[in-house]
Amino acid sequence: MPPESPPVAAPAPDASAPPAPLQPGLLELFLAFAKMSLAGFGGVLVWARRSIVEQHRWMTAEEFNETFALCHFLPGPNIVNLSVVFGSRFRGIAGGLAAFAGLVGPPMVIATILAALYARYGDIDVLRRTLAGVACAAVGLLFAVVLKMMMPLLKRRDVTGLVILATVFVAIGLIRWPLQIVLLVAIPLSIATTVLARRMVKA
Amino acid sequence: MSSESSPIAALVWTFGLMSLFAVGGANSAIPEMHRAAVDVHHWLTDKQFADVFAISQLSPGPNVLIVTLIGYSVAGVAGALAATVAMCGPTALLAYYVSRFLDRSRDARWPAIIQAALVPLSIGLMAASGLIVAQTSDQSWIAVLITIVAAALAFATRINPLWMLLAGGLLGFAGVV
Repeated sequence: MPPESPPVAAPAPDASAPPAPLQPGLLELFLAFAKMSLAGFGGVLVWARRSIVEQHRWMTAEEFNETFALCHFLPGPNIVNLSVVFGSRFRGIAGGLAAFAGLVGPPMVIATILAALYARYGDIDVLRRTLAGVACAAVGLLFAVVLKMMMPLLKRRDVTGLVILATVFVAIGLIRWPLQIVLLVAIPLSIATTVLARRMVKA
Repeated sequence: MSSESSPIAALVWTFGLMSLFAVGGANSAIPEMHRAAVDVHHWLTDKQFADVFAISQLSPGPNVLIVTLIGYSVAGVAGALAATVAMCGPTALLAYYVSRFLDRSRDARWPAIIQAALVPLSIGLMAASGLIVAQTSDQSWIAVLITIVAAALAFATRINPLWMLLAGGLLGFAGVV
């Protein structure tokens, strides 16, 4: 991939005071999100940040964090939410759609092809064995993300957070209660304890 | 509404509803996907679900595309499209309106509180996802070992995770798992 530096290089290499923010067009939005999506094996966030903040400089690091925080607290696939929020901020609904289509379209075509191959050849023993091996490693990666996300809670000795975490794990993973019911209880409870904890810190 | 008469309607209903409850992204929705696809609708077997999870991790793009694979196995290309749009559409629309609303109000206190409150929930959900897939995929001691090594490497090093997936695949191919 040829390095597409920003059209007009910013005066200072480190954009502490960036000039007028670059305004991506619809096609640019589509292509940028398609690229980061196709590069993102096992998660697109890293690539999204690199592309939006470092490569294209469409947002500062802080703007990106704020936007991502918003998308993280909303339900649904975070990065999909991010594409819509990001695209529409620059080009309205059309921009949101362009970014969304870029993010989801191309990998969806690939996933559909893989699904078709699996449907046809999934019974072949060699493929089954290979996929079983991939699945073992993939679960490991998921556990690694869980551990990484738990580290801040452990460092803060956030006991209530860890109790809520463990309760949700048991309710969903071991007892297999339906998600909706667990969340309807757990979300208000967790918000209440968070608000309470912040008040106690302030007091 | 979740009638068995039209599989597409069942897909749209299942994933459309699920998307609004998918706190913390696609990976934390896996237990619910497993419940819906394997236990409730019998779209996939346990083994097929583990395979589909493996394929979705192996292919590029957002992890949510596991629903594309589930949709395909239920109703072909139309099913793949329907499941993906149902899983992404409602929350994308919600995100659009909430972001416009917040841009106007500019009060960043509640999003921060809600987000902090959701963090332990979404970690707990992701841990449950891991357990549910592991119960199917890790049937031997070697398989458990591969999972542990992959987790340790991904946690402690910056090696591209794709290598670990490929290594797992190779070991499976060689018949070790």
